[in-house]
Amino acid sequence: MPLKILVTAKRVEDSESKIKVNPAGNGIVGEGLKYKINPFDEIGVEEALRLVAKHGGEVVVVSIGTKDVHEQLRHALAMGANRAVWVNHTGPMDQLGVAACLQKVVEKEKPDLALLGKQAIDDDQNQVGQYLAEWLGWAQATFASKEESLESEAEKSKTPAIKLAADGKSISVVREVDGGLQTVESPLPCVATTELRLNQPRYASLPGIMKAKSKPIEELTPAALGVDMAPRLTVTKMVPPPARKAGIKVPDVATLIEKLKNEAKAL
Amino acid sequence: MGNVLIVVEANTDGSLRKATLNAITAGQQLAKASGGEVHAIALAKDATALANAVKEYGVKVVHAASAAHLEHALAENWAPAIAAAAQAINAEWIGAAATTVGRDVVPRVAAKLKAVMASEILSVEGSGADVALTRPMWAGAVIATVKLAGSVKCFTVRATEFAAAEKSGAGEVKVFAAEAPARQLTKFVGFKEVKSARPALTEAKVVIAGGRGTKGDFKPIEGLADELGAAVGASRAVCDAGWQPNDLQIGQTGKVVAPALYVAAGISGAIQHVAGMKSSKTIVAINKDPDAPIFQIADYGLVADLFKAIPEMQAAIKAAK
Repeated sequence: MPLKILVTAKRVEDSESKIKVNPAGNGIVGEGLKYKINPFDEIGVEEALRLVAKHGGEVVVVSIGTKDVHEQLRHALAMGANRAVWVNHTGPMDQLGVAACLQKVVEKEKPDLALLGKQAIDDDQNQVGQYLAEWLGWAQATFASKEESLESEAEKSKTPAIKLAADGKSISVVREVDGGLQTVESPLPCVATTELRLNQPRYASLPGIMKAKSKPIEELTPAALGVDMAPRLTVTKMVPPPARKAGIKVPDVATLIEKLKNEAKAL
Repeated sequence: MGNVLIVVEANTDGSLRKATLNAITAGQQLAKASGGEVHAIALAKDATALANAVKEYGVKVVHAASAAHLEHALAENWAPAIAAAAQAINAEWIGAAATTVGRDVVPRVAAKLKAVMASEILSVEGSGADVALTRPMWAGAVIATVKLAGSVKCFTVRATEFAAAEKSGAGEVKVFAAEAPARQLTKFVGFKEVKSARPALTEAKVVIAGGRGTKGDFKPIEGLADELGAAVGASRAVCDAGWQPNDLQIGQTGKVVAPALYVAAGISGAIQHVAGMKSSKTIVAINKDPDAPIFQIADYGLVADLFKAIPEMQAAIKAAK
């Protein structure tokens, strides 16, 4: 049974970028930052592509923001997503606004599965998938992972870790939870969110990048979707984390043990 | 007004999970700041024992929701019960520890109540209409102060940043009747537990963690951990390679720990890892590379091969016993 899968592509600062609070304490220093697709979203794109390669179907990628997010949409298209939806929005937004836009896009597109990163690596909230599932009245399978490692044969052969039931009516998901791995079965349509070890995303190939240039990006706006983007979460201040005082280097294990015992009283 | 509802969590054996006590402390601070009282809700197939276990920790009422559909902490089953209990006590704040259960369930409760939410809060600031919460962003590179608008707000608590609530007289246990959802969505199929004789990573006083430098050989690390009664942790690279179970990963997207002593062996110290352990009291770093970033946050750094240094530490500690 072919699957229609909706994935997301949030534009975030590259995890290798040095993030610093600006002098005004109301944002981060933008200079020298590189932007990428949220790594958890990229894992979602990869899993969607694997599912569609196995079962047939279509992958639609969504992003919300200024025209800059076309870069992330094109990245997902270059990986192999079929088409893109851009919700054109300038200015602040919180999880409620984002989830409301995604809900409207889902209602319009009617996918079988919405596959989102479990969190974005900028605000680290880990909420949007759960909001979306509740507002749609859908099942949620958060923190999707797998038993096999990222160096396993299953991973090398790009086998999807999310398993579609034989009747095509539900998926089986291995969830990474505290204390171990939980397996759940969620009826479609549903929302799933991705953990780090669900898969290793592919690189976009050169032909993929060329093809992506001609794939369609549909433009929508929150207003056209009937969504109020006025945030109810406001960041009033940003500060750097408390710095740890610089420590010392010890020459050998004997000194280390002596310091831990007598100075730090940690042994 | 200003009441707080804290969601109680159990360990796999049904006992009270310690992180709940840290969440109760955050709840007490919010209740004080908002002029309300702290309630808790325990959900399980039979929540009586769990409710009794938590009632003495400074909560006014524990709502015990016992029902077959509440057995496995499935968000679609728990969220309606939590939301209904919150409305019944006129809760302004609904929260839980930022465990995988809290992170899964609380946003669904927030969505149900059209409430806004802050994840992994580190502190409560101000009072009355000026209550604000602090929380990490960008893997802890930024600490943000956030204000939430609305009559109901939700949160999860970073357990390492709040002391555990202490016993302070018995609260009341009330039975809460939770209706089963009309249609069962997600079904629990199974749980594969990572079994270990060592203490739980997030509760251990000492953590010995290994990184890429172990090349997958954790024997020295496990030896030292057992000598000290410590938990074993790992960096992301180790878990990605399948050398250690995912459950042992420390960092931004794994476990956040704050033990009295943290020993990082063969871990370079990427910001994503540091985000999960920098609140530890004493940090020891052992790495062959003198320029490894981990040395910038370590109290004691030893430039050495972990396969030599860790067994030496174990032998020295054993000899001193």
